[in-house]
Amino acid sequence: MSYDGIPSLVETTGGHGETTLVVDAARIVEACTYLRDELGFNFLSDLTPTDYLGWGSRGVSGYIGTAAGRDMHGPGTQGLARVPDPKPKRFAVNYHALRLADDPARVRVQAWLDDGEEIDSVVPIWPTADWFEREAWDMFGIVFRGHPNLVRILMEDDWEGHPLRKDYPIGGEPVRFSGAE
Amino acid sequence: MSVIENRPKVYEGSRIPSPIPTALAVDPEKHPLEDILTINFGPNHPSTHGVLRLVVDLDGEMVAGVSAVIGYLHTGFEKTMEQKTWWKCITYPERIDYVSFQVNELAFVLAIEKLLGIGVPRKATWMRMCLSELTRIHSHLVWLGTSALELGAISMFWYTFDDRDTTLDLFEMVCGTRMHTRYFQAGGLAEDIPEGFYAQAREWCKKMPKAIDEYEAILDRNAIWLKRTKGIGLLSADDAIALGQSGPVLRASGVNWDLRKNMPYLAYDEVSFDVPVFPEGDVYARYRVHMEEMRESVRIVSQCLDRLEEMRGEPWIADDRKVVLPPREELHTSMESLIHHFKIVTEGYMVPEGEVYQCVESPRGEFGVYVVSDGGPKPWRVKFRAPSFVALQATATCMTDAAIADMIAIVGSLDGVMGEVDR
Repeated sequence: MSYDGIPSLVETTGGHGETTLVVDAARIVEACTYLRDELGFNFLSDLTPTDYLGWGSRGVSGYIGTAAGRDMHGPGTQGLARVPDPKPKRFAVNYHALRLADDPARVRVQAWLDDGEEIDSVVPIWPTADWFEREAWDMFGIVFRGHPNLVRILMEDDWEGHPLRKDYPIGGEPVRFSGAE
Repeated sequence: MSVIENRPKVYEGSRIPSPIPTALAVDPEKHPLEDILTINFGPNHPSTHGVLRLVVDLDGEMVAGVSAVIGYLHTGFEKTMEQKTWWKCITYPERIDYVSFQVNELAFVLAIEKLLGIGVPRKATWMRMCLSELTRIHSHLVWLGTSALELGAISMFWYTFDDRDTTLDLFEMVCGTRMHTRYFQAGGLAEDIPEGFYAQAREWCKKMPKAIDEYEAILDRNAIWLKRTKGIGLLSADDAIALGQSGPVLRASGVNWDLRKNMPYLAYDEVSFDVPVFPEGDVYARYRVHMEEMRESVRIVSQCLDRLEEMRGEPWIADDRKVVLPPREELHTSMESLIHHFKIVTEGYMVPEGEVYQCVESPRGEFGVYVVSDGGPKPWRVKFRAPSFVALQATATCMTDAAIADMIAIVGSLDGVMGEVDR
């Protein structure tokens, strides 16, 4: 199957039997509409961002139990066999689309964003994106323009920060409901 | 896939609310606003399957508006898993959906294996299928018992939980624990299958179809059960696909879609089973799908047992010392084995850089795992595509023109497990 006709397609990559379509984030709605209407991807399985802050630098994937992590690239450590390939921007938003038909197929649409950049909502294309985008906002702080109800979904409404960001601290957060206030 | 031909129309057009697809707003033309009473249904209510909270606008007995509020059971599984080695992470997916533990574990282990590119012995593949289907039956039994309980059929709960217990006995025999087994490892199984398992499982396979017949005898001729499930909570095939529904909810809307058949994994293309599809799109159809699926799962389990018995004495885990723990007895004689054992337990194994999305047909539908690895011993990112999370998005659509009593039946039929919804 050819994905060359997708508007705003930047590149197509593969690996592990999967197809990843990297598209221009500014034209995500065009690309998704094409996927649904022309290529029959009528089912959105999943929508999730990934934060690549600190990707490939020291300490991130480090040894268990040390606060600063371990230098994975220093001599004498059995660290990363190779430094992973750099990523174009901080956040990747991944859309896992499925063609639910007699000739099924899956693709991953990937759009790259920097911190603070916004992306258009795909709720008009796949209504199931509603909660997925709310979760992405809640956990990563990515703003989906045009989403009808972009509020927190898993954390409380007044929560500060976005927990799945790589710079969100683990442990040491203020205790809530302690009665001391 | 193929939607059933000549099926009765569930309803005309689409009922998905707009602009928010997951929240039903009160229509002032149908329900005068001064009559509306807004109540909180949950989060602590025995029929919300955990801690689901529905904010319901009532006009008398009728539901005029509804929106679901989730997150009460959010425990940050995905964040926690980023701090653990792949090796330790295997215990987490089971605890997300505590009712279909083995299938969730399978999805995550398959994702690791996909990244590692490691082969699995055929005995492990068949045992994984066998336990997946046992889990499906376990999950459906819990669903049936609790859903019937909520509609007043209390005796169902005792019957199904009795049979659930004998199902868990099989897990205990194989894995040592009744739930959250951590029996699947990257590369195969943790232990060989114990000798007594086959006989006990065969007996279970003989008994189970009769038990399912009994459940049907109790429910299918019960006037109250039929009245409270038929024609309630309608969802058409097009709406179900647009809302991302999967599993029994999708199949009860007349869509013939099952990952085990349409995109086979493990060895599902080598066993014979049918995919039950019902076109009515109501609560009763969902109940029918669950019942038929249990029968099909028993069929698959007995086919797996046939094949597994031929594989006695075969290896159950791959022979790859960089990923798989060496056999215990070797630790006393081999320095290399001791080092490998120490490295895997303390540091974990390295998983090559890459990203994969691996999904399996869980009892609730498409359970997907998206993992990213940077080449180190810990996952960079783990995301679970939880079928219950998606199923609850359909509450607003199903609740159109429902009475408050129907709401219990509808929420039950969507089969949300809150641990999985909130993760």
